[in-house]
Amino acid sequence: MNSAEAYITGSCIIRDHGIWLNGALLWEADRGMDLQEWLRAGYDRFSGQYPKFHKMDALSKLGWLAAEVLLKHAPVQALPPEAVGMVLSNRSGSLDTDIRYYATVKDIASPALFVYTLPNIVMGEICIRHGFKGENTFFVSENFDPTLMSTYPVQLLATTPLQACLCGWVEVMGEDYEVALFLTEKMPRGQALPLTATALQDIYQNTK
Amino acid sequence: MEQLMADLKKQIIEQLNLQEVTPESIGNDEPLFKEGLGLDSIDALELIVLLQQHYNIRIANPEQGPEIFYSIRSMAEFIVAQQTAKA
Repeated sequence: MNSAEAYITGSCIIRDHGIWLNGALLWEADRGMDLQEWLRAGYDRFSGQYPKFHKMDALSKLGWLAAEVLLKHAPVQALPPEAVGMVLSNRSGSLDTDIRYYATVKDIASPALFVYTLPNIVMGEICIRHGFKGENTFFVSENFDPTLMSTYPVQLLATTPLQACLCGWVEVMGEDYEVALFLTEKMPRGQALPLTATALQDIYQNTK
Repeated sequence: MEQLMADLKKQIIEQLNLQEVTPESIGNDEPLFKEGLGLDSIDALELIVLLQQHYNIRIANPEQGPEIFYSIRSMAEFIVAQQTAKA
């Protein structure tokens, strides 16, 4: 089901130490930084005043930062909390944090790391920040799957109380990472595109 | 006691990854949870780990937690009492 039953109203791509909002390069930092340094610089530039960010694992920081940028000027905050949902996916689940947590088990297991040993925690962090309470689902797949990321949100927006749905890809393993976060909505707004696999793939591939 | 409280502040900042907090900004008597530093339940578990790692102290009775972790001073007093008892 790839039809214009929903719309892409915004996108945020994070890769190669750069952040693109709706296709335009917003910020690019020194590629010599390691991922944690870059995430801190991104937080300082686009947010601040949210100390819990520093306690998150890299997966949550990436998704949280993308949502921070994407939703800054999006009117979804005005929707009822139950009307905003999320469908995310990645390749490595929470393996990056699982490995770090496992390393602590030999000594004293870290509770702060343990709470991030599920990939869907990134959605929880975004929901807490923005007050969303709508349905959410996390998939694990080998690559970004534009068909899944179009058909599933279209179905959610058509058959549930959701009026907006964040969807996309949030992947991290060591220093390798990539985020493609899309805001999809029931009603068109601004430069909205029909939510189709082709449109998602086009934004994912050609934003760099 | 003053040195112990200063050490605890540094250790808490490191253990709990409080990157926007300085040791000077933590009062010896201010509550660590809810108000003050605004720590949460996961932070409480990390404080238990901190006591084990840095001071080799295990909390036998979890119900003592709120009292022990009320403030920097209450933590320091608990550590001193435990060390004295062991000596």
